[in-house]
Amino acid sequence: MSDLLTVEGLTLATSETRLVEDLSFSIAPGERFGLIGESGSGKSLTALAVTGLLPPAIRPSGSIRLGGTQVVGAPERALVRLRGDAVATVFQEPLTALDPLMPLGAQIAGPVRRRLRRSSSDASRGAVRREVMALLEQVRLPEPERLTRAYPHEVSGGQRQRVAIAMALACRPRLLIADEPTTALDVTTQAEIVQLINALVKELGLGLLFISHDLPVVGQVAERVMVMQQGRAVERGSTARVLIEPEDAYTRRLVDAARRFDSALEGRP
Amino acid sequence: MSVAGTAGPRRSRGGATYILGLILVGIIVAAGLVSFAWTPYALSDMAGSRLEPPSAAHWAGTDRLGRDLFTQLMIGARIALVVGCGAVAIGGAIGVVTGILAAFATRFADDALAAVFDILIAFPTLLIAMLVVAAREEASLGTAILALGIGLSPIVGRITRILTKQVLGQDYITAARVSGTSWGAIVIFHILPNIVPFLGVNLALQFGLAIMAEASLSYLGLGAPPPNASWGRMLQEAQSTVYTAPWGAVFPGLALFALVIGINLLADGLRDRLGRSGRDAG
Repeated sequence: MSDLLTVEGLTLATSETRLVEDLSFSIAPGERFGLIGESGSGKSLTALAVTGLLPPAIRPSGSIRLGGTQVVGAPERALVRLRGDAVATVFQEPLTALDPLMPLGAQIAGPVRRRLRRSSSDASRGAVRREVMALLEQVRLPEPERLTRAYPHEVSGGQRQRVAIAMALACRPRLLIADEPTTALDVTTQAEIVQLINALVKELGLGLLFISHDLPVVGQVAERVMVMQQGRAVERGSTARVLIEPEDAYTRRLVDAARRFDSALEGRP
Repeated sequence: MSVAGTAGPRRSRGGATYILGLILVGIIVAAGLVSFAWTPYALSDMAGSRLEPPSAAHWAGTDRLGRDLFTQLMIGARIALVVGCGAVAIGGAIGVVTGILAAFATRFADDALAAVFDILIAFPTLLIAMLVVAAREEASLGTAILALGIGLSPIVGRITRILTKQVLGQDYITAARVSGTSWGAIVIFHILPNIVPFLGVNLALQFGLAIMAEASLSYLGLGAPPPNASWGRMLQEAQSTVYTAPWGAVFPGLALFALVIGINLLADGLRDRLGRSGRDAG
């Protein structure tokens, strides 16, 4: 019962179709959990459901317990308190996930100030600024002074994603949701961001829900994975077992495809 | 989508028109400000003979009571600016609040508000303004400003609603919500700053429309009563003598034209500048 996140029998449906069906999984504090599946398999919807941000047309049923609080059917006011405190999210496309007209420093300062106020600690300008600088250092960003004044379009994609991670960490969440955080980045930057997320999660002891369709990336991050196809869980288990000896036919196809792709890249037949 | 560090606004294609707009508006603002401290004659001082053409003593001639037209033009600049700012402030406040409310409302309320906006937009602004003046049962400068503000508000509301919906669909709003930001804070810190550049350009255009509408109201005798020298009233008074003393209509007409053109050029220039940085960011 000490699980950070427990999802039981979660079904997400519009009035016409079922998008996610009878999904159950749990994440313990400090555990790194991977959610694998192709586009449209319901991965991102599941993440939205966990934070209680589903579009109004999609109705959740079942149970989502986040840090001991039931999310399904909870009032907005309770969810606002829960978000940030229990969970924070890093999105796929950092360019659109940052406000284009707000300097980066101010965007990180927002959640920092909110957290300090909620915990009724010192939320003065100086305290917030110190915290922002510490966060920028934590996500290994160079020249923090310049970056706090820059706008999102003035920095590189990798730097933007680091800022987005800093914003998520600014909330001091117990669970970090990373929704395809590397998909919009080039391969070199991908590796750096994966390393960074790995290091931070270990350093801070966060639970991690890592969503991706990229098997090698999930392999580097998660301890346990669940494979989704068309809204259903088709396979779950330790990452090593699922990626090396997949039992389900769909998983096997995914793994084979990834392997063939790798071989093709390296020029082997 | 530029990635390198390109800070600061850059010179835009619309630079020349922007500067022309600044100059035109600047001259009229200056005339309006100077009129508080100095005018060639007092407003109702019958300083010359009737319908004098422009001369060294009366730069824009005199009206049929022998009053100096240049003095009236300067006072008129002040009135035009007060009317423009007042109407845009009132129309903007009503429009922005209802527009944001509509964007946040349930689908039914949103559709209802959108329909109300559309119906009100279909009425000519001037007609709405005339109804407000009639309801207040007195023609005064304040009534005219209120009337024009109310007349403009549905257009502002419509635009605000669309812009807000567009911003609400962006990932950074979801990101803000995920980190536990309340709706109030999202409106103040994310929605308003992101709609203001576009809204501002539209409000500048509404400013020009408000001034023209005030001239029309005055022309109909529903604007500020005499001795207020609004440009519309000057046009109305010059109507009967337009063939014998055309300067009485030409100068206020030119002043009105210059201010509206100036505001429009300024708004165009602003849109070019903001539009460009907006594209970079998006």
